[in-house]
Amino acid sequence: MDRSRPRRSHLMIWIWTIFVAVAIYLPVACGALAGLSKGRYFLFPIRAYSFEWWQKTLDSLEIQRIVQTSILIALIVTVVSLVLGFFGALAFARFDWRGRRLYQKLLLLPIFFPQPVLGLALLLWFNTLGIQPSWHTAIVAHLVWIVPVVTLVIAIQVYGFDPAMEEAAADLGAGRWMILRDVTLPILWPGIWSGALFAFLLSWGNFPLSLYTAGADSTIPKWLYSKMVAGYTPMVPALGTMSTLAAATLLLAGGAIAGFVKARRAR
Amino acid sequence: MSDATLGTSSTVREKQGKERQGRSALRHLSLPAGARCASPILLFMALGFLAPLLTVIGFAFAEPRSFAVFESFTLRNFAEIFNPADTVWMSFAWSLALALLTVAALLLICYPIAYGLVRVFGRWSSLVSIAFVFPLFISENVRLYGWTLFFINHGVLDGLLAGIGLSGPNVLFTPEITLFGMIYTYLPFMLFPMTLGLSMVPGDLIEAARDFGAGRLMIWREIELPLAMPGILIGALLTFVLAAGAVAEAKILGGQSVIMISHDIENAFTYSQNWPRGAALAVLLMIVIGGLSMAVMARLDLDRILGRR
Repeated sequence: MDRSRPRRSHLMIWIWTIFVAVAIYLPVACGALAGLSKGRYFLFPIRAYSFEWWQKTLDSLEIQRIVQTSILIALIVTVVSLVLGFFGALAFARFDWRGRRLYQKLLLLPIFFPQPVLGLALLLWFNTLGIQPSWHTAIVAHLVWIVPVVTLVIAIQVYGFDPAMEEAAADLGAGRWMILRDVTLPILWPGIWSGALFAFLLSWGNFPLSLYTAGADSTIPKWLYSKMVAGYTPMVPALGTMSTLAAATLLLAGGAIAGFVKARRAR
Repeated sequence: MSDATLGTSSTVREKQGKERQGRSALRHLSLPAGARCASPILLFMALGFLAPLLTVIGFAFAEPRSFAVFESFTLRNFAEIFNPADTVWMSFAWSLALALLTVAALLLICYPIAYGLVRVFGRWSSLVSIAFVFPLFISENVRLYGWTLFFINHGVLDGLLAGIGLSGPNVLFTPEITLFGMIYTYLPFMLFPMTLGLSMVPGDLIEAARDFGAGRLMIWREIELPLAMPGILIGALLTFVLAAGAVAEAKILGGQSVIMISHDIENAFTYSQNWPRGAALAVLLMIVIGGLSMAVMARLDLDRILGRR
């Protein structure tokens, strides 16, 4: 068999993948550059770099409040979606029950739904109920599509979980609560942890749902959009870059903690 | 590997059969354990997903320009939309056409990467995956705005080309750049289901076919493609559905040179305060999306796709 052909095609696949990855991060890099340029307007090549706009962004009281709102929304979304998603995943992958196939498919529908339309539908619903849209309603909107995602992430872990472990614990006289705490949760922990990271980060970066359902309140992506449409300031790319860096840091820290725990358990 | 793939659904059933006998302690309530675990999420989805959609449907049949939901019944909103004098059909056509093109482009762009993730990258796979997942955590408007900075006059591309005496192309605010933005935004939604699909193809099956003298094209057509099809279908469906409802690309990069259907829906709900019209448009979009999703999902066995171990 000719061995050089697969190797050449593997090289092509590497080159293509790297090319696409570079294209994916190119606009992010452009934003970072624009946030670091000194002038009021973005001109390339950049004549002078400075942290001026970063400083202004950090000092802005308005932005501080928006960041707090974004964090608060993301935290609440994470907690609620973990609780719903944990039990949802058990129903998805662990238990055999009559409506399971249908349930699995129904649960996917919010993911297979354009978010701008979902946001507008929720806006209509809140209005019909007489609820004033605010960051509280944005939490509900985020949950509608993040809960199914988190459920899927945890469900993948549940598929690899042997129910015999729980049965053994029950045979040895462990109560239901003890089984959950000492057997089920530790085994499903990696899935729950990735679910938590997904929930927080997807909420942190969500734009279309926040745009329509947060009312007068703003999240980071929503604020950025309002400035993109009317009145560019270098604070837009600066805050965008900061938000990206925060997400990257969280992802790295989350991965490091998972790796650390795994290594400690293996010992 | 092939054993594991084929055997999963039967082992799941076996395990679950065992558990049905073994866990009588959990069955003192009338609902089965699975349904009880599913009930909080189902309740939430009924209130947060089903109810809003029903409200939209209710508004679609209300008097135009009224807020009399569930009080009046009329088909006039739909009659207006289907009136040839109404140009809203163009938004539908643009959205669906651009969504189709997005799917087609992403099938070609993602296939080599998905193949690489499953067969070529080895221990680099997880790093490459993370590189492609991470953009999902940056809001799409930030990433799209980065492209504006790249393509705009005196932007990154223009500035670089000016160095060698050229000027950048005027691509911003065109339908083409809208398509480009959509391909860019929805790439991960094609890549990961496709990777999942390709990882369902047992490697030794391909080896065996090769040993029997099957050519590359034949292996691809007869083995790889059919076995990976569930994942590819999910990816195509997901990207189509999301792209059909996309609006940010056309606004930020396209400069509204193309009006997408979601933009029309948004306008009806906001500026023109004609909720019944917006709702009727949303219902038509939901029929397309829902019909496609149901048709594809009815053919999928999610336990097999997600449950391989």
